[in-house]
Amino acid sequence: MQAHSKIDFSQPSPNILNAAISGAWKIGSRAFSPETVLSRLESDRGITSLIVDANELSAWDTTFLTFIRAITKGCQMKGVTLEIQGLPEGVEHLLHLAAVVPEQKGVSQKKRRLPFLYVVGESAIHFFTSSKQMLSFIGEATLSFLNFLLGKARFRRVDLLVFIEECGADSLPIVTLISILVGLILAFVGAVQLKLFGAQIYVANLVAIAMAREMGALMTGIIMAGRIGAAYAAQLGTMQVNEEIDALSTMGISPMEFLVLPRLFAMVLMMPLLTLYSDLLGIMGGAIVGVGMMDITLVQYLTQTQATLDLTNISLGISKAGIYAIIIALSGCMRGMQSGRSAAAVGEATTSAVVTAIVGIIVTDGIFAVLCDVLGI
Amino acid sequence: MNPDAENTPHIIVSDLTMAYGDFVIQRDLNFTIYRNDIFIIMGGSGCGKSTLLRHMIGLQRPAKGQIYYGDINFWQADAAERSRVMKKCGILYQKGALWSSMSLAENVALPLEEYTDLPDRDIKEIVSLKLALVGLAGYEDFYPSEISGGMQKRAGLARAMALDPDILFFDEPSAGLDPVSAKRLDDLILQLRDSLGTTVVVVTHELASIFAIGNNSVFLDGATRTMIAQGDPHKLLAETDDPKVKEFLTRGEAASLESLAE
Repeated sequence: MQAHSKIDFSQPSPNILNAAISGAWKIGSRAFSPETVLSRLESDRGITSLIVDANELSAWDTTFLTFIRAITKGCQMKGVTLEIQGLPEGVEHLLHLAAVVPEQKGVSQKKRRLPFLYVVGESAIHFFTSSKQMLSFIGEATLSFLNFLLGKARFRRVDLLVFIEECGADSLPIVTLISILVGLILAFVGAVQLKLFGAQIYVANLVAIAMAREMGALMTGIIMAGRIGAAYAAQLGTMQVNEEIDALSTMGISPMEFLVLPRLFAMVLMMPLLTLYSDLLGIMGGAIVGVGMMDITLVQYLTQTQATLDLTNISLGISKAGIYAIIIALSGCMRGMQSGRSAAAVGEATTSAVVTAIVGIIVTDGIFAVLCDVLGI
Repeated sequence: MNPDAENTPHIIVSDLTMAYGDFVIQRDLNFTIYRNDIFIIMGGSGCGKSTLLRHMIGLQRPAKGQIYYGDINFWQADAAERSRVMKKCGILYQKGALWSSMSLAENVALPLEEYTDLPDRDIKEIVSLKLALVGLAGYEDFYPSEISGGMQKRAGLARAMALDPDILFFDEPSAGLDPVSAKRLDDLILQLRDSLGTTVVVVTHELASIFAIGNNSVFLDGATRTMIAQGDPHKLLAETDDPKVKEFLTRGEAASLESLAE
């Protein structure tokens, strides 16, 4: 076991401080902080010269280097002359190496503490630029769609089929689970209240209307935002990192048409179908509660559901689903395309795609609710 | 392909200034790339070589200055004109940039499908020829993730060559390759130039490549943020007085020799 690190101070004359260093100065061993020396210089202003004697140093690593560097810096600032004796050759070389390339001015971007108003202003500006980007992305997507209508847009049909499978068939299990559960929950909530009036049969109405108008599209939308919106952002973000998108645009192929359109189409085609499926399973979930717990027969339940549901309710839900699909696909693709060129940026893009999509869905749903009320739908 | 075309300017960069916002990366770049040149853009890491390439291939708009392809002012032209120019260029990106959702054959075929009316059979033939040229015959149905980095790069080259471009751009072709593969890639570049008459623009800091293939070059300096030398790298090595260029071209050995002599 090597001797512990040690500093012995002596003061041969009032203006000279002698620091004799000995023992092992290594990471893990109890090393001194440069403050032990510097505080002495601080407390005794009379000292004009510091002599560090490292002759007794037995072992060293980076700990010692940083110690010496800090002391050198401290002495320079205080105007104390520093003399170091007996420094091991390796230490000298490394210190020289660290000093040989001077610090680049203007390179280190120090994070200053910015004033509060500055931060507020900056985020306001950021908000406007990002809304501008969003609008221009939507505009570009619209133009590519027009190109598609004119038969000029180019993307691979195979891609479209793959995305359709990804959005449609692959999403069925999770949509099934969530929809049945939502149906069950709605039925439970309704059952407790309606039982008070002996009106259990109206659970069927409640579940059917709620699923068809709201919950079917909303829950499918949220599932798809997490499943597909995130996937789109991650795919396009990675392609951005990999320069694949650059490779497309330099080849004169619009990434908007080639990458975004098939993803958008797959979503717009599949979301309404999934929503219809979700409505059905929600009603089934409601039926499980109604039949299993409230002495309603299955026939009664279904007849009641049939009497309640009309095409307006169902088509309202489905048209919402179409709009949610556009929101999810576009926010996923937009965040992916805007992603920076690093792993962290792709992660951020994915998170922000899901957040954008869900906020978009909820806000749109709110608008729909108000519109339906006004129009009496 | 036209032997008379030699020594006519192919790409002219004039007064180019590149910047991200207020941060200038390089300013006042002036150089000319002639037909059949293998033109090297060199300089230390982070001096803006790849950024210069991005400006030349239309991915980033210059803050100031012009780039001419023949007599077309690239950045003043409209998007359609630019994409016509780019159609004659092939680009090999640093990491290959193969489209990861497509097999190698589909990657090479896509430009052909986009820009030619060839029937599928002919496209297939061309694709397998191009892959064979870069030593990847038989790898048609592999996906980019299933092959090594060096192979991805070669496949990227096959894609860049798909349309028999007039100009080939290489972004750090030998980065991440072992010395033997790097040498093979250099040989391939020379052969392409000699047999197809392609103009080649290479961004690199690989000395061995610079001297093996380059016959014209520009040296970008990160500290002064402009170009400090241009011309044939061999001549530069023999004639330059600029210590930075000398240091770079000799791997700093000239400088250390001098300091020893002192």
